[in-house]
Amino acid sequence: MKFEDYFYIPFLLGAVYLFGVVIFRFVKWFIGLSKIDKIRVRKNFFTKKTLDSIWESVREGLLHFKMFKVNRLLGYMHMSLAFGWFLLIIVGHFEASSYFGTMFYPFQKSIFFRYYVTENADFPGHTFYAWAMELLLMFVLSGVFLAYFKRFSSKSFGMKKTTRMRYGDHIALTALWLIFPLRFLCETFSAGVYANGSPFFNAVGEWFHGFLPLEIMLKPFWLAYSIDLGIFFVAMPYTRYMHIPAEINLIFLRNWGVQLKERRVNTFTLAEVYSCSRCGVCIDACQLNLAGIKNSQSVYVLKNIRNKTLSDEVLFNCLLCGKCQEVCPVGIDVNRLRITQRIETTKQYNSSYDYLKTSVAKKADTIYFAGCMTHLTPAIKKAMLKIFNAAGENLWFMDENKAPCCGRPLMLAGQFDAAEKLIANNQKQILDSGAKTLIVSCPICYKVFREDYMMPDVEVRHHSEYILDLIKSGKIKLKHSDKKAVYHDPCELGRGSGIYEEPREVIKDVMTLLPMAQEREKAQCCGGSLANMKISMQERDVLASKVMEEFSQYDPDYVVTACPLCKKTFAKTNTLQVKDLAEIVVENMEIK
Amino acid sequence: MDFGFSTIDTRVIEIDKFDTKILKYVLQHEKSMLVCMSCGGCTATCSAGNLTDFNVRRMQIMLRRGEVEKLQTEINKCMLCGKCMLVCPRGVNLRNVAMLIKKALVNYKDL
Repeated sequence: MKFEDYFYIPFLLGAVYLFGVVIFRFVKWFIGLSKIDKIRVRKNFFTKKTLDSIWESVREGLLHFKMFKVNRLLGYMHMSLAFGWFLLIIVGHFEASSYFGTMFYPFQKSIFFRYYVTENADFPGHTFYAWAMELLLMFVLSGVFLAYFKRFSSKSFGMKKTTRMRYGDHIALTALWLIFPLRFLCETFSAGVYANGSPFFNAVGEWFHGFLPLEIMLKPFWLAYSIDLGIFFVAMPYTRYMHIPAEINLIFLRNWGVQLKERRVNTFTLAEVYSCSRCGVCIDACQLNLAGIKNSQSVYVLKNIRNKTLSDEVLFNCLLCGKCQEVCPVGIDVNRLRITQRIETTKQYNSSYDYLKTSVAKKADTIYFAGCMTHLTPAIKKAMLKIFNAAGENLWFMDENKAPCCGRPLMLAGQFDAAEKLIANNQKQILDSGAKTLIVSCPICYKVFREDYMMPDVEVRHHSEYILDLIKSGKIKLKHSDKKAVYHDPCELGRGSGIYEEPREVIKDVMTLLPMAQEREKAQCCGGSLANMKISMQERDVLASKVMEEFSQYDPDYVVTACPLCKKTFAKTNTLQVKDLAEIVVENMEIK
Repeated sequence: MDFGFSTIDTRVIEIDKFDTKILKYVLQHEKSMLVCMSCGGCTATCSAGNLTDFNVRRMQIMLRRGEVEKLQTEINKCMLCGKCMLVCPRGVNLRNVAMLIKKALVNYKDL
C-alpha cells in the first residue's frame, strides 16, 4: 500500500470517533430534557432565535467577544486559535474545490492539501489561496505561542490563577499544542522539496533544505501531523476540550428557551457542565481566594459534577454572590447549577414544620416584614418605623413579635421542600391581611417574596424602592448633609434582584456618593452570605475586612448598605462606620 | 444490695453508654462546635425558638448524649435562618451543625 493511501487514517479515525461521541452525547442530552423543554425547542426552531444562536456561536465560539472583555491578550489567543482554525478549514476547502474543480473530493485531500498537490498547479486563485492559507496558519500559530507563554506566565493575561489539570487534559493539551507547529513544519518541508507554497513558505522550506534531509523527513512528519490530529480528536470528548462542541450546543438550547430548573434536574445540567472550558476566569472573580479557600470555585464544582466527585465541602463552600456568573465567558448559570446540586444532596431531610399555626392577620394597607436579620440590627428597624410614621402609613408590622423565617436561607441550603412550608404559612398571613404592599428591609427576604411567593396582587418592595417613592412624592423631606458615603451593593439586591439605582438615588439625596472601581455588577460580597454553610466565622471576618480596606481608599464618612446582614458583617470589623439606608434617611429627615 | 432507693430507667444518664456516632460525625465536619461554651445566646435569639419550645442549647445536650430520637424531632424545628450563628460569641457555625445533624440522622446506619 502506498504511503498516501494510509497516512491520513489516524486523522480520519479520530475525526469519525469524535463526531460519533459528540452526536451521541447531544442526542442523549436532548432526549433527557423535560417535555416542556422539548416543546420549547420545537416551537422556537424555525424562528429568529436560531439565527441569533448562529450569530452568538460565531461571536462567542469563534471570535470570543466576552474573552476580549476579560483581557485583550486572552481574547486574541482564543480568537486566533478558534477563528483561525475555522478559517483554515473553510478556506482550505475552497482551495481544494478550486483545485479538483468540484466540491466533492476525498475529504482528507483538503486537510493534507500540500502533501497531495506537489506540482505548482495552475488552478484558479492558486496564489491567493497559498498566501491566505499560510497567513492564516501564522495567525493560528501566534495564538499557540501565546498559549505556551500563558502556561508559564498567566499573569500577563490578567489571570492570577489558572485551573489545575487532569491527566487526560495534559494529553489533549500537548496534542493541541503540537498540531499547528507540525502543520507548519510539514507544509514548509513540502514547500522546500516541491516549491508548492507561496514565496514565503518556499523560502522557509529552502532554508530548511539547506541543512535537513527533507526528502526523508517529509513522510514521517506528515504522518505525525495526522496522528497528532487523531489523538487530539479522540482525547477531546474526555477532556475540557469537549467545551468546543458543547458550548455551541448550549448556545442553541439556551436561545430556544431551555432553562435549568432548580427542582427538576435533567440533562441540561450536563449540557452546561460540559460547556465549561475551565478557563479559570471564575477563580479570579471569587473572593474566597482571599480567605485561602481554593477548591470550591465554580470551575471545580462543574468539574466535580462531570467526574461525579462532588463533595459537600466543595458544594456548600460558596457565598452564591454571583460574581463568577457575571464574568463567565460561556454564560453558565453556575449559581442555579449549584442550588440544583444542593437540593439533590439534601432532599432526604427536609423538615415539615408541623408546629406552624396561622395566627390572625391584621387588616392593613401595607405590611412591613423586617426579617430575622433586621431583628438583629434594631437600629434599622427603629429607623424604618420612624419612616413609616412620617409617611402616615396604615401599617401592620408582621413579624414584630414573632414570625417564621421567609424561607430563603433554607432555599440557599437546598431545602426547597422545607422552605415551601414556611412560604405557604407567610403567604396566607399576607393575603389574609388584604394588604397591597409588602415592604422588606432585607434583600434576602426581598428576593424570596418577589420570586417564590404567589401573591400577584401584593407589590413587594425593598425599603430602598419604598423610600425613593416617598421622597419623590414629597411624603418625607430630606436635607442634604456634607457627609460622604460609599454604597455597598448587597449580593441578593444587586446581582440577585437587579436593584442598583434606587439606593444610590436615595443616598444622593442626603449626602455625597463617592464612585468606586468595584461596584454594581462587580460589587464585592461582604462575606456574611447565608449561602455558605462551610466557611468559618474567622474566614468571613477576613473577607469583610478586605472589602472594608477597599472602601477606606475612598475615605468615606459612612459605608452605606441596604442589607442588615451586610451591615452586621461589616460592623464587626470596627473600621469605618456602617449605616443602613434607612438610618441615614432618618438622620437627615425634616420632622414636620 | 438494697439501699432503699429506686431509679427511674428513663431518667438514667449513663455516660459510658452515650451514642457518640452523630456527635463524632458533626465534629469531624464542623470543628468550630468544640469551642461552644453553652452561653445560650443562640437559644435566646432563635426564630424557631420564638414559635415553639425549640432550644438550640438543649439540642447540643441531646447531641452530646446521643439521644437520637429526641434529636430527630428537635432538629426539624430549625428554620436555618442563621441568627444563632450571627450572635454566637465563639463563632460556632451553627447552620452547618444543624445541617450535619440532619444528614447524620438520615445516614445513621452508615455512620
